[in-house]
Amino acid sequence: MASMRDIKRRKESIQSTGQITKAMKLVSTVKLQKAKSRAENSLPYFNYMYQTVSSMLKKSSTLSHPYLNAGSSPKKAIIVITSNRGLAGGYNSNVIKLVTGSEIAKEDAVIYAVGRKGRDALARRGYTVAADYSEVMNEPMFGDAVDIGREVLKAFASGEIGEIYIAYTVFKNTVVHIPTFLKLLPVELGEQNQEDGADADLTLMNYEPAAEEALNHIIPKYINSLIYGALVQALASENGARMQAMDAATSNADEMISDLSLLYNRARQSSITQELTEIIAGANAIG
Amino acid sequence: MAESGRYFKLQVIAPDRVFLEEEADMVELTTTEGEIGVLKDHIPLTAIVAPGILRIKKDGQQKEAALHEGFLEILPDKVVILAESCEWPEEIDINRANEAKIRAERRLKGADAEINEARAELALRKSLVRLALAEKQHK
Repeated sequence: MASMRDIKRRKESIQSTGQITKAMKLVSTVKLQKAKSRAENSLPYFNYMYQTVSSMLKKSSTLSHPYLNAGSSPKKAIIVITSNRGLAGGYNSNVIKLVTGSEIAKEDAVIYAVGRKGRDALARRGYTVAADYSEVMNEPMFGDAVDIGREVLKAFASGEIGEIYIAYTVFKNTVVHIPTFLKLLPVELGEQNQEDGADADLTLMNYEPAAEEALNHIIPKYINSLIYGALVQALASENGARMQAMDAATSNADEMISDLSLLYNRARQSSITQELTEIIAGANAIG
Repeated sequence: MAESGRYFKLQVIAPDRVFLEEEADMVELTTTEGEIGVLKDHIPLTAIVAPGILRIKKDGQQKEAALHEGFLEILPDKVVILAESCEWPEEIDINRANEAKIRAERRLKGADAEINEARAELALRKSLVRLALAEKQHK
């Protein structure tokens, strides 16, 4: 059995770790509330954007527009959104696994990293990191999404890259976060959200300027809103994941402390018993 | 929704908040094709927003806001503006707008080939809209 002093030292160290994880949990809870409301506030904008773009594309299915076709380059841009800090459970590694597990070959991938953890992990695995926007993750703003969007669209327009993807974590609710790999360009819209009534409206819709030119303006805005949505959702997910991880760590620490307390008390008792036995034996010998 | 005939529903949605959601009888704004005024029963139209002042009129009352980038969708009984940035006069920081204006002007004058002329011009127009609106507010 370990000595009393060893057990005590161990217990104290776990206690202070527990205090840290508890504090971190509280901090991420507060941050989560803030990030969550931001993610929710961005939803109406994003939803309406999606509706408009999908109805426009539906109408102009005959159009051939550069944004609707893959570029000739085999290179594929991936915007990878992770956190700047660790201790968030599997949050970062899940996103990284999405990238490494995708069918995009390492040589063809061009990484636009948002978040230090993802940048470092992918750079270590030999991916090309074209740009780093890690600072953004501290406080994502719409302007940041516009900056990232401008860069990737520029690379797309100049033919450096043929397709654009984004890897991030969808914030479903406080406990459910889904790592997601999404294609941004060429635009592909799910058909399931189309209502039947939409067709009737479409025939009446006019565009000013003409549809082709309007697409030119609206698609970049659509991409920007997708990136912004991904940023705020990733931030909420990060804090949610950290909160859960720290909660688990705190309860593990509590469990270990109660186990160690038991051991400590047992060791204390046995040392007292031993001392008593020695004293009694000594007294008997004298008497 | 009120069926009073001349009101339509107006929504102004920004990325970080729903800026405005109410009924109006007329809205005026600048698009890339020029200024337009929208009344109820306008033909369905999708247009791109250019930096300018957004005027919302209802029962003779008028509200103004600075509207910078985005696009709008007009339906007979509803107008939705998706704005990348939109602010009320009292939210405008005059000093910042002034600085932005000077910066943009310098960039446009500068012979530096590095700068993107279209972006600088857009920035200049944005700052001018902000200043125009903010000055009006203070008078």
